[in-house]
Order: sequence, then C-alpha cells, then structure tokens
Amino acid sequence: MKPTPVTPDAPTTYADVWTFRTPRARLALWFGWLALVALFVYCWQVMNADTMWVFVADAPSQAADLGSRMWPPSMAYLPELMAPLWDTINIATLGTLGGVIMAVPVAFLAARNTTPSRIWIRPVALLVIVTSRSINSLIWALLLVAILGPGLLAGVVAIALRSIGFVGKLLYESIEETDSRQVEAISATGASAAQRLDYAIVPQVMPAFWAIAMFRWDINIRESTILGLVGAGGIGLKLQSSINVLAWPQVATILLAILATVLVSEWISARVRHAIM
Amino acid sequence: MSVSAPVYPTRWRRPARMLRDRRWRLLVQGAALAYLVLALGSFEVEWSRVVEGLSRAQRFAHGFLQPDFISRWSDIRQGLIESLTMTLTATVVGVAISVPIGIGGARNLVPASVYGLCRAIIAVSRSLQEVIIAIFLVAMFGFGPLAGFVTLSFASIGFIAKLLADDIEEIDPRQVEAIRATGAGWWQVLHYAIQPQVMPRLIGLSLYRLDINFRESAVIGIVGAGGIGATLNTAIDRYEYDSAGAILLIVIAIVMLAEYGSSYLRRFLQ
Repeated sequence: MKPTPVTPDAPTTYADVWTFRTPRARLALWFGWLALVALFVYCWQVMNADTMWVFVADAPSQAADLGSRMWPPSMAYLPELMAPLWDTINIATLGTLGGVIMAVPVAFLAARNTTPSRIWIRPVALLVIVTSRSINSLIWALLLVAILGPGLLAGVVAIALRSIGFVGKLLYESIEETDSRQVEAISATGASAAQRLDYAIVPQVMPAFWAIAMFRWDINIRESTILGLVGAGGIGLKLQSSINVLAWPQVATILLAILATVLVSEWISARVRHAIM
Repeated sequence: MSVSAPVYPTRWRRPARMLRDRRWRLLVQGAALAYLVLALGSFEVEWSRVVEGLSRAQRFAHGFLQPDFISRWSDIRQGLIESLTMTLTATVVGVAISVPIGIGGARNLVPASVYGLCRAIIAVSRSLQEVIIAIFLVAMFGFGPLAGFVTLSFASIGFIAKLLADDIEEIDPRQVEAIRATGAGWWQVLHYAIQPQVMPRLIGLSLYRLDINFRESAVIGIVGAGGIGATLNTAIDRYEYDSAGAILLIVIAIVMLAEYGSSYLRRFLQ
C-alpha cells in the first residue's frame, strides 16, 4: 500500500517514538504540578508555624492509650441512651419537616420558570438558598442556642434552617427541568397560574421532592447526632458530658449507637428513594 | 343476558401517584400522624427562655446588619489563614491518599481482597462525622490547625475515593481492552486507558471537595481544631455578635466565591 502524500505545511521531521502528550502539554503539566507543590509547601509552613511538634510526636501513644481506655464499650450505659437517641431522631425529622415546608416556596420563587420576577425575586430566593447552605448546622445551632437557650428547639430550628438551602437548591433545579409541554397543555385548557402549578408542575416534581426530602432526612440524622456538642439536645449532649468526665467506655458506646443509627437511617432512606424513583 | 352498566364517576379525580393502594395510604398517613403526636409530645420548650432570648436575637440581627470587621480583625485574619491553608493542604493530601484507595475500590481492576479492604476504609471514613473525628484528633494532636488538617484529609478520603471508585467501575471497557491488546501491563492499562477517562471527573471532584473542606473547616474549629470556627466560637462566647456577624459574612462570601469558581472551573475542564 502506498503511503499518503505529505502535505507541504506538515513538519518535516517526526518524533520516532509515540508520546502520550505533546512537549508543550508536558511542560504546562509540569509547571502546573510545580505550582501546586509550591503552594502546598507554603500553606503547610504557614499552617504549622505554631504547631507544637512535641504533642504530635506522642500522638500514636495517645491514640493507643485512648483506644485501650475506650475498650470494651460500656453496655450498661446503653439503656440510658435511648431517650437522647429518640430526641436526636425527632430533631432530624421535625427539622427536615420544617426545612422542607420553608424550602418549597423558596424553590418555586427561585426556579426560572415559576418565579414571579426574574430580576427582583429570583436573586433574593437564591441568596436565601446560598446563605442557608454556606452555614453549617452546627454553626446555626451555636447561634440558636445563644438565642433560644439550650434544648431541642434550637436543634430543630438549626436543622430546619440548614435544610432550606439544600432542599431549595435541588428542588428548584428539578422544577427547572420539568417538561414545558405539559405546562403548555394545561394552560391550553384555560388554567390559571395557580392551576398550572398544581396540575402541570407539581406532579412532575413530586417524585424528586420526596427523594430530596428523604435524602436530606438521612443527612440530618447524621448532623443532629453532634448538635448536642453545642447544647442543642440529643445524643450529642451525652457525648459531650461523657467526654468531659473522661468516661471513655461510655464514649465508645455512644459512638456505636450513632454509627448504628446512621447506618439504619441510610438504609431506610436508600430503600424509600429506590421505591420512589 | 343483560349486563347492568357499571357506574362511572362523573367527576374526574386526580389519581394517586405514589401509594396506589388506599389502605397503604391510610396506614402511612396514620403512622406519620401518630409519630408527629408522639414527637411533639416529648418536646419541651421553655417559652420564657425563648422570649428572653428574643432581645439577643435582635442584637444578633443588628450585628449581622452592622458587622464589625475592625476590632477583632487580627483574630479573624489568623482564623481565615488557618482555615484556608488547612483546606488546601487537606484537600491535596486527601486526594493523594484517595487515588490509590479509589483505584483499589474498583472491582474491575483489582482482586476481591484488595477491593474489600479499600471499600472498608471508604465505609469507615464516610460513616464518621467530621466533628467526631476532630474531637479525637484534637485529643491526640493537641489544639490547632494540624488536627483540623488530619480530620479534613481523613474525611476527604471517603468522599473522593468512593466517587472515584464508582467512576472507574463505570468506564468504557473497550478502551481498556484495546490497550491490553497491545500487550500493556497493569500499570500501563491504568495510565493509558483508565486515567484519561476519569481524570476530568477526578479534577472536578477535587475542586468540589476543596469547597466542602472550607465549609467544614469553619465547623471543626468549634471543637478546637483551629480555623475560623474557633474565632467564631470565641466571638459568640464573648457575646460579640457584630464580630460574629462579620465572620459569618466572610464565610458566606468565600463559600459563594469557591462555589462559583469551582463550578466555572469544572465546566471549563469538562
């Protein structure tokens, strides 16, 4: 077979060996890595300017010591954990409920196809979503414990405020993805704006809505287990008090209880989402 | 034989979408109602304390509207530097550790024993909350950003390694076959067939994790792992709500910037 003729503007010499990248790409890649490593080293220096390496050096022995103190977990402490565990589940569930109730209107105001005003109302709704998303529920709890006093209420409100952003964002994205032909079909029957929402958009986002709510509930169970650390009720309070009195076997029991709750809630949420979708 | 005509409803009713069986629906609704009654029954709210707190809420709202960046600026600056450096180093180290674990967690590349081990590491890292890990690491390493760095690195492993492993399992097997047909060894298959397919996703995941790590770095400071969270905790403990408002505004601004920046970069890379 005859080779194809070489076009005049092609390079006259070729590399004998095939390479993965062109020399230019290799150089760029190399400089990229160099920059990353330099940045890493610089950050490491800044971060560890005040680190006491003496404490770090005995970390393995500390860990072994801690482990030996925690084992075996104190099973006698388990019955005492049931009430705080119930509180934790309530914080997560009621918080999710409150968050979802507040998130639904925000999502409809933020979605491009349902917002009453793209210039005025949509940015406000997006701001609400971003604010709620960027502050962790533990920080919300910290603020709310200062305002509402320690207890379950602060935890529920913290979880609810944090959930608005998550549920709102995912829900408004799924509202924007709805099929516009169904909306058109409903409006062709002479439906008002409210009826369009009710009969064309809501049925389309309903499965996504339940899946998002279940997903958030699962995350909220995780987060509510630690809210007690700042005084917002639940099993975290027991964790905090056990750590404060250095009752390590109790800490181990609490961690196991948290782990079991998280696994069960993850399983339930996955099953429900699987059934819905 | 005459068949009586069935009675059709004259009005349209919206069909149930999820639980089609009426009995199931009633059962689920009843259970939800019973749970709500029970949950609200075990709920104690001290309303007098709430009313007392309203003035604080007002002061906090005031602090948020008139944030004070100046008077605690050196603390805020220190906290921010700790948070940002901790975020970057933890993401780099977390990604560096997660890549081998993610490769080991892909069933199409490794034998079952390695797979089991790597998936176990991923499961442990994912099921523990950052804050709980931080409590223990602060006890081990002492207060300060190093404990935060180790916490975030550990938490990054579960996230990146799991998504990377899932991604590798879903790659196009024909490309692997083509490279293997040239006589390539395991490492060469990894380099020439797998790496080009998963690299864009890995970069996207790393940027996303960078974003998450910054948010988390604002939290783990509350239990003593350094960063802006420690500064925030101090400000709230001192009832300096105007400084706390300033810190929260800075956190929100950086998170927004990081989110837009990383989503822009991810779109650019993919």
